[in-house]
Amino acid sequence: MEVFMEYLKAFLVGGLFCAVGQVLIDYTKLTPARILVSYVVAGVLLGALGVYKPLVEFAGAGATVPLTGFGYLLSTGVKKAVAEKGLIGVLTGGLTASSAGITAAILFGLIVALVFKPKDKS
Amino acid sequence: MIIMALTPKDYEQMNKKASPPTKSYLTIPMAFLIGGLICTLGQFLTNLYTMLGLVKEIASASTSITLIFLAALLTGLNVFDNIAKVAGAGTLVPITGFSNAVAAPALEFKSEGLILGVGAKMFTIAGPVIVYGTVASVIYGIILYVFKLY
Repeated sequence: MEVFMEYLKAFLVGGLFCAVGQVLIDYTKLTPARILVSYVVAGVLLGALGVYKPLVEFAGAGATVPLTGFGYLLSTGVKKAVAEKGLIGVLTGGLTASSAGITAAILFGLIVALVFKPKDKS
Repeated sequence: MIIMALTPKDYEQMNKKASPPTKSYLTIPMAFLIGGLICTLGQFLTNLYTMLGLVKEIASASTSITLIFLAALLTGLNVFDNIAKVAGAGTLVPITGFSNAVAAPALEFKSEGLILGVGAKMFTIAGPVIVYGTVASVIYGIILYVFKLY
């Protein structure tokens, strides 16, 4: 039952993030690129305000899988780095925390581009 | 030459007429459903990796990496676009959207070469995401440092 609740919370919160994104696509002129940027920056902001951490504790992957979670990761990274290393942490923290995701996207993106054939534009 | 006399407003109206109306009563629930399912899969992966002995942070990072891998693979197989057509923001907003935003242009611009095609175009959308995300984190870092909030 506890595991079921965990999945349900991830589903509901994650779904809600996506529904909000869809509302933005349908009712504003925001392009997908702008939505991705907005979500990541919003995640940094919500992380900084201390709002996102409780949400992660509540919804798990429902909060970490959406791109706001990526922004939250940047904010936790910089906080940890500033605490540990001082001023230099301002520059190292964000990308250090998000490096696994960025490197994975670059690596898999490159492999996919090398292995597969672009689709026909017909 | 009626075309010459088109004002931007006319054009907008013509554009509106030509493009099919958005059926929000379908798109929003579909985004919710598919996005929710992707996050549920994420939760399953996190639980799986935790069970295999990974600590919380690494299990969470491994979940992201797995979803990024799956999205890139489905992009290469030309499946991602078909799901995204139905899911809209449901595949865009999760980390899968970031992965697709890297893999899709990388593949599409393969014909322009490995450097300025694949290598450059993969950052068309991911670039701005990284730029503004990182700068936002730097601003937060400066505030933390100056006000000693850490």
